[in-house]
Amino acid sequence: MKIYDVAIIGGGVIGTSIARELSRYRLRIGLFEKEEELAFGVSKSNSGIIHPGTQNPDGLIKSRLCVQGNRLTKALAGELSIDLKEVGELVVAFNEEEGSRLIEIKKLGEALKVPGLKIVDKAWLKVHEPNLSDKAIAALYAPTAAIISPYRWVYDFSENAARNGAEIFTGTKVESILPTPPGFEVGTSKGVFRARYVINASGLYADEVSKLVGVNSFSIRPRKGEEFLLDKKEEHLTNHLLFPLPSKNSKGILVTRTSDGNPMIGPTAVDADDKEDLSTTQEGLEKVLEGARRLIPSINENDIIAYFAGLRPVAGDDFIIRHEAEVPGFINVAGIQSPGLTAAPAIALMVCGILKDHGLRLRKKLFFHKHRKKEIHLFAIPLEKTKSLIKKDPGYSDIVCRCEMVSAKEVREAIARGARTMDGIKFRTRAQAGRCHGGFCTTRIMKILSEETGMPLVKVTKRGKNSEIVKKDRSSDE
Amino acid sequence: MIKKMTCIECPKGCTLAVDIENCKVTKVEGAKCPKGTGYAITEVENPERILTATVLASGLSLKLVPVRTDKPIPKKDIKRAVLEIRNMRVAKPLKSGDVIADNFLGLGVKLIATREVS
Amino acid sequence: MTNRDLVVVGGGPAGMAAAVTAAENGVKDILLIERDQYLGGLLNQCVHTGFGIEYFKEVLTGPEYADRFIKKVKSIPDIKVSLRSFVVRLEGDKTLTYLKPGGLHTVRPKALIMATGCREKTREMIHIPGMRPSGVFPAGLAQKLINIEGLLPGENVVIIGSGDIGLIMARRLTLEGASVKAIIEIQPQTRGLVRNIVQCVEDFDIPVYFNHKVLKIHGKDRVEKVSVARVDGQMKEMDGTRFDIECDTVLVSVGLIPENELIEMAGVAIDKKTNSPVSEEVNATSIPGIFVCGNSFKVYDLVDSVTRDSELAGRAAAEYIRNAR
Repeated sequence: MKIYDVAIIGGGVIGTSIARELSRYRLRIGLFEKEEELAFGVSKSNSGIIHPGTQNPDGLIKSRLCVQGNRLTKALAGELSIDLKEVGELVVAFNEEEGSRLIEIKKLGEALKVPGLKIVDKAWLKVHEPNLSDKAIAALYAPTAAIISPYRWVYDFSENAARNGAEIFTGTKVESILPTPPGFEVGTSKGVFRARYVINASGLYADEVSKLVGVNSFSIRPRKGEEFLLDKKEEHLTNHLLFPLPSKNSKGILVTRTSDGNPMIGPTAVDADDKEDLSTTQEGLEKVLEGARRLIPSINENDIIAYFAGLRPVAGDDFIIRHEAEVPGFINVAGIQSPGLTAAPAIALMVCGILKDHGLRLRKKLFFHKHRKKEIHLFAIPLEKTKSLIKKDPGYSDIVCRCEMVSAKEVREAIARGARTMDGIKFRTRAQAGRCHGGFCTTRIMKILSEETGMPLVKVTKRGKNSEIVKKDRSSDE
Repeated sequence: MIKKMTCIECPKGCTLAVDIENCKVTKVEGAKCPKGTGYAITEVENPERILTATVLASGLSLKLVPVRTDKPIPKKDIKRAVLEIRNMRVAKPLKSGDVIADNFLGLGVKLIATREVS
Repeated sequence: MTNRDLVVVGGGPAGMAAAVTAAENGVKDILLIERDQYLGGLLNQCVHTGFGIEYFKEVLTGPEYADRFIKKVKSIPDIKVSLRSFVVRLEGDKTLTYLKPGGLHTVRPKALIMATGCREKTREMIHIPGMRPSGVFPAGLAQKLINIEGLLPGENVVIIGSGDIGLIMARRLTLEGASVKAIIEIQPQTRGLVRNIVQCVEDFDIPVYFNHKVLKIHGKDRVEKVSVARVDGQMKEMDGTRFDIECDTVLVSVGLIPENELIEMAGVAIDKKTNSPVSEEVNATSIPGIFVCGNSFKVYDLVDSVTRDSELAGRAAAEYIRNAR
C-alpha cells in the first residue's frame, strides 16, 4: 500500500497550489482529483481575477490572505510562466452615497495594506475609461488587480509540483478516510493508500469529505454565478476591470476581461441547492445585461458569444482553514469562494504553517525546480518567431484550430502534459474556444487525441466518462 | 380524395391538387407545365428518390467514399438499399462517376462513386 | 516574399470558380490557397443531390459539383494550388502570410480574391439556457462527422432550425439509423427549400414544430432532453405550451456567418451586422484590388449562385489587374 506524508484531496487551484508549495520539501505528496482532469470542478468556472484586496471585510482571514496572495501570485506567475496581466480595477460610484462608501472602502483597503489606492474623478474616467457610463461620478482605482487563466494556473501548479516529485491522480474519488493514528487509511475509487496528513481541498464537496472523518462543523452551500463572454473584437471596450459597489453577498455584476482577451460580464450570485447544476438561465442573462449596461451602456445581447455558470463553495463568510483537533492530521481547507484564486499561494503557505505546527518536518529539497517551461502558443508570439519554430518542428505549421491559430504540435503537447479530454485540450490550448466553437476543429482534435492516447474515437469525451462526443464509429461496426 | 402537394421539378414549386382514386391519379390541377403532372403521378403511384450515402473504404485516401444511385429508385426500397450500402466496402481507387455496383439491388440502377479516391 | 498577379484564398466552389474565370480572362499567374488537404471546401461533405440544377442543368451531388471545378482548375497550368496552406495575416497592401507544412510564406499579389466561406452560428451565440453537455453540435459539424469521418453523433436527435442544413441532416441521420424526434423552428414557416421539406421531412415522417423554440437543454454530461414551447409574435414563450422531448443529441442549424476576419485585419470596412464587407460594387471592398466572393460575400442558398458570383469576382479581378499595368 502506498504511503504518503501528505495527501491532498481536490485538484483545483487550492489543492494544486498546496501541492506545489509542499513539493519544495522532502515529502511524499499525493493529490487526488475525482474528475477526469484537474480544474474540472470549481476552478474552471472562475472569473480569473487576481483581486487587489479591497471589498473584503476587516478581521476575516480571507482579507489578509487576499492581499498577500496578490503579491505572491505575481512572483509565482514569473516562475511558472503564466500570462498575468496587471490591468487594474475601478470600483465605480453612481451617486453621492456610493461616493462616500468609496472612501470607506479605500480606508479599509489601506488598513489591509492594499497598495496604490486612489479615488479618481469624472474627468479621469472620461480619459481612461471612455466607454464607461457618464452617470458614473467617481471610482476607486486599485492598480494591483490582474487577470489570469484560472485553469491554466491549475495546470501550471500541478505540472511543477509533479516535476518536483508530487504524484497526481485524476479520475480518483476519495470514498473513505479511516483514522489510523498516526495517519489515515484512505479508500478511493482506484485503490487504498495511507497518509500521515490529509488536506481536504475538495471545493463543493469539502463538507462531504470532512464528514468522512466525522467533522460536521460546516456545510457547503453552492452559490451560482452565471458569466457571459463577448467577442474578442470588443477587447478594448474597457481598460480596467469594472466593479460596481459590492453588496452583502457578492461583488456585483462586473465588466471584466478574461486573460485570453474576451470581455466578460457577470457573475450573478444566486444560492442554489444542487451541487451539479451548472445551467445558465434566461433570468441570469437578463440580470447580467442589466448590471453590465449600468457600467457600459453600449453592451447588448448580440455581442455575447459564449456563456457558462460556476458554483461557489460557500461555507459562511470566511475561509475555513484549520487543523481539526478531534481528528489529528486532518486539515480542512473549505469554503474557498472569492477571493480564493487570488489567495491560493497564501493559503498554501498557511497550510504549510499548520502542518509544521502539527508535527510535520519541512526539510527543503536540495534541488527544487522552481521554474516551469512556458508552452508555446502560436497565436501569442510574433510571426518571425513562428517561422523559426516551424523550421525546428514542422508540426507547428499544421494548423488545427483556425479561429485561435493552434497547431497540431501544441495539441500534442497539451496531451503530453496531461490533457485527456476535449475540454482539457480546450483549456490548455484554446482550440475549440474561438469563434466557431469547435465547428471546424473538433474532428481533427478527436483524431489527434485518439492517435496520441490510443483511445478509440467513440471513447473520446468532452470532459470524462458519460460525455463521449459520438455514439458510433462505422469503421468499427462489423 | 384530393391530396395537395408541391412540385419539386423546378424552383417554381407549383402547388398541385391531385385527385386520387384507388391509389391511382385521376386528375392533376395547378401544374404550370407537363413536368408537374408527371411528377404528381409518379409521386403518388410510384414515388422514387435518388439515394445518396457513403461507403466505407479500406486502404484508400478517404475513410468514406460518397456514392449515389445514378437514377432514382423506388422509395420503398430505400431502407434495404441503405442496409446494403452499410455492408459494402471499397478497396480500389475510384474516379467520380465510377461504378461501384452495377444493377444495384436488382433495381436496374448503378451505384456510382461521386468523389475521386486514391 | 513572392509577387503574383492574383491570389485566391479558399479552394471551395467560390475560390475555384473565381480562379478559373480569372485565368479565362487572361490572368497568368494565380495562386489558389486552400487550408484543407483537398480542394472542394464544404461540397466534399455535402453528399446529397441538389447542386448544379441551374448551372449545369443536371442533378449533382456536392462532390460531383466540386469535381467539375477541380478538373478545370487542374487543367489550367496558370493556376498553382497550395494545399494545407493557412493564411495567418493579411495587410492592407494585400501582403499575405500563410503557413504551409514546413514553412511560413509571404506573397504580395496585384489583386486578391477572398473566398473564405462561412462559419455556423453556434449554440453559444444564441442563448439557450441549460448546462453544457456533450451532444450539442452545429449541424455542419454533425454532417462532417457522419460523411467524412463515419462517426454517428447521436441516436435520438432534436434539430433546432428548419433551414436547409437542418433538413438535410434530418434525412442523413435517419438514413444512418438515428431517430430524429423533432425539428424545432421559431418562425411560422421553413427557411429551407420545398424540395428538402418533401424529401427530408415528409419522406421520414419527422415532426416539425413551427412557432416553437427550445427553452432549455437538459443534461450534465450528455444531452438528456430539451424543453420546447410555442412562441407568440414577439418570440416569447406562450403559457402552458411547454413540453419536453427526450433526446441525446441536439443539432443547431440557426444561420451562417461570413468569415471575414482576415480582411477585417487588413482594414477592410465590414458591416458589423452581417459580417460582410461594405461594398459599393458587387464583390469589391473598400480596398481596391481586394475582392470577396461566394458565401463570405453574401450567404447564398445555392452553390450555383456562389459560382456565378465568383465568376463575376474573377472577371473583376482580371480587369483590375489589366488596368493596373
